[in-house]
Amino acid sequence: MLKKTPFYEKHLEYKAQMIDFFSYLMPISYRSIKEEVLAVRNNCGLFDVSHMGRIEVSGKDYKEFVNYLITNDIFSLKEYQACYACMLYEDGGIVDDLVCYNLPERILLVVNCANLEKDYNYILSINKKFNCEIKNISEEVCQLALQGKRAEEILSSLTNDNLSEIGFYYSKEIKILDVLMLVSRTGYTGEDGFELYFDRSYAHKIWDALFEKDSSLMPCGLGARDMLRLEMGYCLYGQDIDKDKNPLEANLSFVVKFNKDFIGKEALLKIKEQGLKRKLVGIKFADKVIPRPKMNLYDSNNSLIGFITSGTFSFSVNCGIALGYVDINYCQIGNKVYLENKKEGEIVKLPFYQFGSIKKSKKEV
Amino acid sequence: MALVLDNLYYTKTHEWIKVENDIGIVGITDFAQKELQDIVYFGIEESIVGKELKAGDKFGYVEAVKTAADLYLPVSGEIIEINKELIANPVIANQDPYGQGWILKIKIKDKEELKNLLNSEDYKKHIGEA
Repeated sequence: MLKKTPFYEKHLEYKAQMIDFFSYLMPISYRSIKEEVLAVRNNCGLFDVSHMGRIEVSGKDYKEFVNYLITNDIFSLKEYQACYACMLYEDGGIVDDLVCYNLPERILLVVNCANLEKDYNYILSINKKFNCEIKNISEEVCQLALQGKRAEEILSSLTNDNLSEIGFYYSKEIKILDVLMLVSRTGYTGEDGFELYFDRSYAHKIWDALFEKDSSLMPCGLGARDMLRLEMGYCLYGQDIDKDKNPLEANLSFVVKFNKDFIGKEALLKIKEQGLKRKLVGIKFADKVIPRPKMNLYDSNNSLIGFITSGTFSFSVNCGIALGYVDINYCQIGNKVYLENKKEGEIVKLPFYQFGSIKKSKKEV
Repeated sequence: MALVLDNLYYTKTHEWIKVENDIGIVGITDFAQKELQDIVYFGIEESIVGKELKAGDKFGYVEAVKTAADLYLPVSGEIIEINKELIANPVIANQDPYGQGWILKIKIKDKEELKNLLNSEDYKKHIGEA
């Protein structure tokens, strides 16, 4: 039995093509991936991301617990500030990547849909030492992502609060219409925007209000979401990162804080000491070459040097783009790599798309 | 629900052929374009025009955002035309797969081969939408 988010009827009403996404019926696209991607890049798009997992941690020493659980530093966060982080196994492999919100008396963890059950059980197993309160609130809370340079303008028309006060990776509990919700300046597209967390009973009301306010707002599906994140070089769990990859080789060192204790720290220190064997890089191809996950990468002498983990044709930069792991001795920017069919790509600096409206002035944690 | 037209023949690999006298017009089905998502380009060599190909021969491929797929001829014959508009603007196959999105025209060698293809009912069953 496939699960449906509270927006399911809206997806049908907006003529989405639905797919089975890790047992959720989700929109892959409504009109076309291209239109949706370009709408987010140039205007604004709305994503139903209610399929994501939402776990609340509270009780005695809850911050100490979460800080031990994830690679980033909870104690460096101000109230209502959020951070991106990894949760690791003892061997440094990645359980999941997630966003943590430092809320009053509790922390909200937002995890990948496919990993929710695994994550929840993992968190419970670590919690045996701590005894915090762990609550899976994924079902009762729904989640929308409003992404694009006009997101603030559109959302502002539905609230009396001043949204410009919410900095990048900060959140606030405010009323949109008259619905109290958590609004954060986050997303996974490279554009400015907000994610809204609220009680599922208001799903249709909020969805309708947003589209009524702005007729140019574009409903966007998972196809566009995947392309947008890849254009920014953001990792996708299950493709670019998983239990067999560690955050150092996946370019996620910026969320690994070695000045505190966390699960997997010892393993990462050892990996660091021994030196990385490979690194996740961005690779750009010509306009008629579409790299695909699992394709092998070769150097000009036809020696195997790595493999692709994510690849697509990008509508924002108009060429084939990929993320892939390349041998540490060969991963310098500017190096040429080749697919099986001899098509040439070049290792480039990320992101692929350089013009995102994300508020870079606000420092990310 | 994918659109399946009654007056066409279909292949298991999701091509359609419309027969007009002894000319066949070939394209990909609505089901196929939906599965592929946004089509980025058709890899079809200009040089196949004038060539005699057999039923089941690969005549090119289609690259889309989600995946790539090879294209196969429904019947044997001589390729007489490729849709240049489609090559220049491949998204037409997403927008109008049975009309403006046609891929090529073929001079059908043996109409008996059409019996090996699926009719609209068979094709609906094939894609699980009967």
